[in-house]
Formats: sequence, structure tokens, C-alpha cells
Amino acid sequence: MKKELKLTVNGQPYELYVKPKTLLVQVLRDHLGLTGTKRGCNESSCGACTVILNGMAVKSCSILALQADGGKLMTVEGLASGTELHPLQRAFLDHGAFQCGFCTSGMLMASTALLNENPKPTKEQIKEGIDGNICRCTGYNSIIRAVTAVAKGEYKEGK
Amino acid sequence: MSKYSVIGQRVHRVDGPEKVTGNAKYTFDLVLPNMLYGKILRSPHPHAKILNIDTSQAEKLIGVKGVVTGKDTLGKKQGIWRRFSELCDEEILCREKVRYIGDPVAAVAAIDEDTAEEALDLIEVEYEPLPAVFDPMEALKEGAPQIHEGVELNINVTRHIEWGDVDEAFKKCDYIREDQFRCSSQAHMCMETHDAVASFDYSGKLTVWTSTQSAYYIQALLAGMLGLREGDVRVIKPPTGGGFGSKFELDSAQFCACVLSMKLCKPVKIVLTREEEFTATKRRTPMYYYLKLGAKKDGTLLAKEARVITEGGAYTGMGATALYLTGFFSSFPYKYPNYRYDGYRVYTNTAPTSAMRGFGAPQSVFTGESQLDMLAEDLGIDQIEIRRKNGMTPNYEVPGQAYIQSCGLHQCLDEIEKHIKKRGKLPPNRGIGIAAYGFMSGGIFNWFDTPYAFSAAIVRINIDGKVDLFTGACEIGQGSDTTLSMICAEELGIRLEDIRIHAGDTGICPPDLGAWGSRETLMNGNAVKMAAADAKRQLMEFAAAKMGVNITYDLDIKDRWIHIVNRPERGVSYFDIVKEAIRGRDGEVIIGRGHYTPHRKGMISPAYSFGLQAAEVEVDPETGRYKLINVTTAHESGTVINPLGIEGQLEGAIMMAGGYGFCEDQPMDEGKILNPSIADYKLIRSLDMPETEILEIDTYEPEGPFGAKEAGEGLTNPTAGAIGNAVYKAVGVRITDLPITPEKIFRALKEKEKQGKKSK
Repeated sequence: MKKELKLTVNGQPYELYVKPKTLLVQVLRDHLGLTGTKRGCNESSCGACTVILNGMAVKSCSILALQADGGKLMTVEGLASGTELHPLQRAFLDHGAFQCGFCTSGMLMASTALLNENPKPTKEQIKEGIDGNICRCTGYNSIIRAVTAVAKGEYKEGK
Repeated sequence: MSKYSVIGQRVHRVDGPEKVTGNAKYTFDLVLPNMLYGKILRSPHPHAKILNIDTSQAEKLIGVKGVVTGKDTLGKKQGIWRRFSELCDEEILCREKVRYIGDPVAAVAAIDEDTAEEALDLIEVEYEPLPAVFDPMEALKEGAPQIHEGVELNINVTRHIEWGDVDEAFKKCDYIREDQFRCSSQAHMCMETHDAVASFDYSGKLTVWTSTQSAYYIQALLAGMLGLREGDVRVIKPPTGGGFGSKFELDSAQFCACVLSMKLCKPVKIVLTREEEFTATKRRTPMYYYLKLGAKKDGTLLAKEARVITEGGAYTGMGATALYLTGFFSSFPYKYPNYRYDGYRVYTNTAPTSAMRGFGAPQSVFTGESQLDMLAEDLGIDQIEIRRKNGMTPNYEVPGQAYIQSCGLHQCLDEIEKHIKKRGKLPPNRGIGIAAYGFMSGGIFNWFDTPYAFSAAIVRINIDGKVDLFTGACEIGQGSDTTLSMICAEELGIRLEDIRIHAGDTGICPPDLGAWGSRETLMNGNAVKMAAADAKRQLMEFAAAKMGVNITYDLDIKDRWIHIVNRPERGVSYFDIVKEAIRGRDGEVIIGRGHYTPHRKGMISPAYSFGLQAAEVEVDPETGRYKLINVTTAHESGTVINPLGIEGQLEGAIMMAGGYGFCEDQPMDEGKILNPSIADYKLIRSLDMPETEILEIDTYEPEGPFGAKEAGEGLTNPTAGAIGNAVYKAVGVRITDLPITPEKIFRALKEKEKQGKKSK
């Protein structure tokens, strides 16, 4: 029996009907076509599916879509405004903070949530902020440098 | 000022904007109209005969569109060592026998994944379990279960490498050490699991989108297994979420999706679950290592002998190459006048082992560098000094094996020596260990028996000056799209944004062996450079005629300006010449072609990178727990094409190779992998990651494009060895089996304490 689900994703309201066992990541990827959010493990261990729900970084593979009913979501697709990249996206480019790119959406969302909560994190706090996200390519340090650069104000919005 | 305008610049990755916006479409993201979803049924037994497979109940389930077993295949066996039919031993969909827990026996296509999964439970497979063997030492014994028919003592492949007179040389040594080591397994743990979308159409053509390191290998292997012409199989590699050696053999997702699609004439998508990825894809080869090393009193190394037995798992895969390379790289990076290696790869009823970043060399370096430190200590010689005394130098010939042109090992030794001095006196329980390494820039071997050049590229200059670069190279995250675009732009004298690369699509790109063995920069780079030079030459002909230059003058292009080399202000715009050249050729676009196959470069590789790494650890002697504090690498890879790319390769390698030394392992019980989830498979996360420093050493490799050589896999070689040596320096215990866990250190410390008390 499907149930009604209302969500706002990247500012866009959606109304849809989903089976109760549908995961949030499935709604995003399969129902809304927002494939930027990845699934790496399906057991909340890798962080590739990280999105921001009501201001908090959550792993969308471990949340039922209906638990997010009425919620405000932000996914990687919501970071850039038009063709203007978000400061974190520009910093990731400058610092080579990704290679294969499969963890990148999750990394960006975990970093965004971190900076929203704590705009001036220490290096240790950045490490803690992305500890739930695995990157098999970069060795994390370039990601930490990119987030640090944004926190230091080296990248302004809209430039 | 650099003589290059593109090469050496810290550029953004060409695939960057698509990746940071989440817009890059991986195989994992693809959805085609009418697409079905597949799942694979796998053996729960490590070794069993298949008596019967009943798929009738599964086929009746609503939503199921098709079920296939080995009977729906041509019944062929495949393997990537195509040149040797006895090593093509894997059916993928087993018909008579399963050989490891995870061997595929059937596959289902259904309207969604849940239905396909449900159908798997309805397939009834009748097995007759057979005695199984899991340890290569046991599998080698008389009377052990035979895993492949006709393979005596389960010996899959043997390799022998020898030069000099090893036995005579040992007699002349003042000091000899014999040691044994054990190297563990490791999961590649690509973030994108193996996946494929296969679409067979009514005109008999098959298109496969798949996460792969070699579109060409998959095309050729699929054609062979499915009875199609290679030209009727198009393999497209979308952005790929990591490979690390796990994605250049034909895998179960690709093969089963194709078999299902051919039966149903509908697209079928199969994505392996993370658990399948851990249990039913290949993994790093575990090895038992015996080493004998002999030296003069002054530390001159006279002879080395290595005997290695590797756990092959159920099939050959790329394991035969790992067996060879571990033997070859056990002689690296030193000038052994006498060397002997004997390697045995043994079948076991475990998940097959194969290539993984470093390709047998991390095992060589962990064992060899541990033993070298022990020998140096016994002789009272400094660790840097013994490496300096014996280290390879430029223009050195490894007898009968390889010719090394560029080599910056000695500069690396100098830099690390300075680094260690700079760290000063360390606090208690801290230590810095070093490990030296070298690696190949692509392999010369052709076990695949390709009739094609190893690499090829086509450059097409369009009317507006935009260049399409077609290459079979496979971007898997390592940065080849960017590196090759930079090489193309540099050679043509234009800008990076003038290049659009089309890579890893067998339908439009010339064949290339793909991304493995650190081969793309040198081999594909040479092909791209040659293709760009070919196109450039055609432009220059027009420019010379138009400019009416004296024939003794040389023309060149820099930053889109075609000019006389000695009079740079005299020139014409690249864009104008392109337009006129195309007009002058009756509208034919300008096409440049290039290819590369190594010739007269020895047996292994056309070029080698070198380096030395220092790892600093701090051990808690109460618990054995330790932290990786700092890993500093002096590294040379010839001309650096993209500094940002090299930094990424290096830091990433420390995460992966550090994990191999520090924590990654795949414990098994009766052939069952006990930690097949990311929660249980420990790897280095951000909090465990050490500081990393890079000391780039300048070298120039004559065989490489613009002097470049590999910078990918070699960096994975030293870290486990450096950690082992660092732990010894910190607390005086030597761990000889990987990974170096706190438990092993704790036990060794207790043992040492006990020995100390006894001797008092």
C-alpha cells in the first residue's frame, strides 16, 4: 500500500506516493532522477548517499523516505546556483579533492553540513565531519585542504 | 620559465565540473527504456558439483522475465591470459562445478531488483559438496582436493627468474639472512561496485555500458564468450567509480547482464551489492614469502633468492601476472648481481586473487625492505647508506630483464635523509621507517595476445580549431582524461580548453589495453603525442606555404600562434590556418593518427619510476595500538604532467597502501570471507590519515611523452614496508605478517618482555 510523501528537495516541492519500505535514497535517485546522490554500501557505512535533511547531514540509504515526510532536503544538485558553482565545489576543483568522483557528492554534502553548523572548523573538526565518508582515491587530505580553504573565506559565494 | 605551456600546470580535471555537481552519469546511474534489473545466484559452497538447477519456480514469479544458467551460454571458459588456453579457466556461469563461495550459478532478470532478488530464492540448485582446500600450503600436498581437472597439486602457474650464479655468490657472502613473511589479502573497495547495463538489439548488436578499466578487453572477451564478432560488441565506459586493478577482467555483472539481454532482447542492468563486491570479485593476492639475502661486511648485496607461494583462489585471472611481477620487483630497486626467484601460484577454494594497485610489488617491497633493514642492522650499517650503496642508477641493466634509463633513486635517498634529520630526536615510542621502491610504466607482456598496438589515438581538428581526441584509454579516477588532453594540447601548441576527449568507447576509439600497470601516461601518452604531431605536421605544411618561409626555418605552434621558431613575432593564428587548411583539402578535416607499442625495451616495461618513503608512527606499548603520524615520500616520475594529479595519486596511495600495512584484511573461515561489509572491513578513514608530504625529484624519461613516466601504482608499493620498519624503530618488534595490527605488536612486545626476563 503506497503512502503519500511530501518533500521539498533543493527548494522544489514534490508530492508522491511510495511504498512504506522505500528508502530516501531510492526516492531521490529512482523517483526524482537526482542521481548525484550515490549508494556505495546500503548500510550507512560509506557516506556516498549523504544528503542534508532539515539542516543535518544524513545517510539517505538508512532512512525510510516516509521518515523524511514534510522535510526539507538538499542534495548535491542543489549546491550550484545555475552555472555558478558553490564555494566548496570550486575549492574541490582547485585542490583536486576528488578523483573517481563517486564519493564526491556525499563528501560535499557532509562538508556543507559541517560548515553550516561550524563555519570555522579546526582541522580535527573537519576530519571528524567527514569521518563517516569513505574516499578510496584521494586519501582525504586534499578534501580537508579544500574545506579549510572555504572556511578561511578564500572562496566567496557567487564569484 | 618552463619550456612547456600546458604541461606542468596545476589544472582542474577535465571531468571535474561534471563530478563536483553530481552530474556525471556513471553506469550505476544509467536507466534505459524497457530496462530490466538482474541479480546473480551464487554458490554457498566452497567446492561442489552441480547436480541440477531447477529454475521453473523462479520463472513463474510475476515480474520475472528470464532466468539463465550455464546451459544458456556457449559453455566456454575465459581468462585474460588468452595466449595460454589452460589459463582460461573461468566459465563465470558454472555448469558442472563451483569452486568458491560466490561462484555464479544462475542469473535472473526482472522488472525491478526486489523481484529479481526474490526470484533467486526460488531457484533450486542441487549440489554435491566436495572436499575443499583453502590454504595454498595444504592445496600443494599430495591427496589434496583437486580444484581444476588435470591440474596436479593445484599448481596453476609457476614462474622462474634468474641471473648470475646465486649459489656461488652466497658462498662468497660474509653474512646471510633467511626470513619468512606472509602478505595478506586486500579488497579493492571501489566506491562504485562492479556494474553493467547490457543492451542486445534485434539487429544482433550488443552495447554494454560498464564500469571498467579496459573497454577493449571487455569487448574482446565478451565477443569470445558470446560468439559475437568484436565489431558487434560496443563497450562504453562512462565515468567509473574506481578500479584499482579489479575492473579489467570480464566480471559476473557484465557477463550475466549480456547473457540475459541476448536471451530477452531487452536492456539488463546488474549492479553488484557491496557484499558481492567483497566476496565474489577478485582481490589482492595473499603470498607466503621466503627470502634469502647475502651481503659483504660493508653492506654490498651479492645475492638474493626469493621463493613465493601465492594463494590463487579458484581461478587464474590476472594472478599469473602478479606472480611474475612480485618476483621481478623483489629485485628492486637494487643492483643484485645474482638473483633467483621461484614463484608458485596455487589454486584454492577461495575467492580468486588477482591484480591490485601495485600488482605484486607491495608484497615484494614489504618483505624485501623489512629484510634489508634487518640485515643492515645486523651489519651495523645505516639504513639509508645500505640503500645508497646498492640502489639502482640511471642507464642500469637488470641482467637479461630490463633496461632502466631515468632513475632518481639516489636523489630520493638524499631528500629523505634530510627529512629524517629535520624531524630531529623523536619522543619515546616513535619511529621513522623507510622503504625504497620502483615500478613499471606499463607492461610489455602480451598475454592477452592482442593483435593491436598497445595504445592508439586519433586527433581530429575541426573547422573552429576545437580538437576531438579519441583514445581507448580509460579514465577511472586516476586522471588520464586530463593528462592525455594536456599532452595533446602541448604537442599541438594550443590550450587545454581546445581539446575535447572521447575515451573508453570501443565504438569510436581505437583499441587500447586500458588502465592497468600504470601504463596510460607513458603508452597512451606517446600515442596521443604522435597523433597530435601528425595533425600538427599537416597544419604546418599549410602554414609554411602561406607564410612563404625559407625552408631552413623551423615553424612551431605555441599558445595558438604558428610562428618561426627564431622569430616568434612572425606568425599566423592557429585558427586561421585550420580554416584555410581544411578549405585547401577540399573540406576534409585534419586527422592525426598515433600508436605505441614498446619495442626493444626488455621484458617488463619501457620505463620505471623510483622513490623512497618515510613513515613515522607512534606506538602505545601498553596496547600495541599505533598512529600513523607522517608519511613523506621522495618520488620521481619523470616530467610531471599535472602536479595536482600526482599529489592526488600519492596521497590516495598512502590511504590504500597504508591500509594494507595498517588494518585492511580479509579473514576467512572455510573459504568464507568473514568481513564482507564496510562496517567490518577496516580501512583508513579521515581520522586515521597521517600528514603527507611530497618531495618531487626532477627526472626526464627519454621513452616517455615529454619525459613523463608512471605515477600511479608505484606509490602503493612502499607504505606497508615503511610502516613495518617504523614500528620496529619505535618499539623494537618486527612484524613479518600483514597487516601490522595492534594485536600482533602487543603479542610481540609481550614475547620480547618474556625473552628479556629469561636472559636476565
